[in-house]
Amino acid sequence: MSLLFAIAPALPLGKAGKYVAAAYIVVFVLLLVYVSIMATRAQRTQRELDQLRRDVEAVKAARELEESEDAAGEGREPRSRQIV
Amino acid sequence: MRTNTYGRGLPGLALATVVMLCAALALTFFYAPLDANQGFVQKIFYIHVPLAIVTLCGFIAAAGMAIMYLRSGDRKWDMRSYVAIHMALIFGIGGLIAGSIWAKASWGHWWVWSEPTLVSYLIVLLLYCTYQPLRFSIEDPERQAMYASVFAVVAGAFVPLNFLAVRLATAYVHPRVLNLEGGALPGSMKLTFYVSLIGFALLYVTLWRYEMAAKEARSQLRRLRRTLLGDDAGRPYGRSAAPL
Repeated sequence: MSLLFAIAPALPLGKAGKYVAAAYIVVFVLLLVYVSIMATRAQRTQRELDQLRRDVEAVKAARELEESEDAAGEGREPRSRQIV
Repeated sequence: MRTNTYGRGLPGLALATVVMLCAALALTFFYAPLDANQGFVQKIFYIHVPLAIVTLCGFIAAAGMAIMYLRSGDRKWDMRSYVAIHMALIFGIGGLIAGSIWAKASWGHWWVWSEPTLVSYLIVLLLYCTYQPLRFSIEDPERQAMYASVFAVVAGAFVPLNFLAVRLATAYVHPRVLNLEGGALPGSMKLTFYVSLIGFALLYVTLWRYEMAAKEARSQLRRLRRTLLGDDAGRPYGRSAAPL
């Protein structure tokens, strides 16, 4: 850091320095806000993806249960025949 | 399933952008000499002018993409044009604020209404500010894409015309540092300026691709949801100005 200050020109931190700092900070903050918004959206997409994964798992589990019930039903005697 | 085409190579591009912008900052504050007339305030020039140039180029690129949409009818070109305008507007606002701060430091006023360069730039930005409301006002996606593309082409054609009109005007006080003969900048300042310009151009392309990758991921997610869970499952919440 001391080397950085040693090679840096004497920064005029008076009136001009304030304006230059303001301009650079404004642009940096603007870009930061944009990137933060994009990061929030990426998180939302991730949440939606997790939700989709859960939904698909639930649908898959329901289908498997239905199929196993069908298979079990085919193996049993029909109820009417049992009575006769 | 398709892979995300815009995400490919994005980390490398982002790294190149960071390196270039760091180099630009280092050159601005440690290499470029202080301007004889303006002094330290002139350092704003290294962000204000590249931002303004990248903004105008972004609008023109968006017009090119809109032409591609009108020619092909492929919705991805509409999406590209939309994101290009969105990004250019963000850069434009940054350039406008940086320029306004420079004007206050240099001229003593935040804004000078008699200066053609400032006013014409503001007109271009305000024109593009109507792009989103235009999209939002049209519900049918096909019509939305069509009208937005026509707007992008017409407004994109206005950008170079506007630039030329201002260049031909004589009554300006805004400094002219670049011209066809290479400009009035000394070598060290010119190098700093070009590095900064490349840095901001890379930043624009990186953010454009980042947003495109995010939009494509959302679009793929919705499509997947529709395919797996039914037609209504992947519908977005509420209306959107963004292409789906």
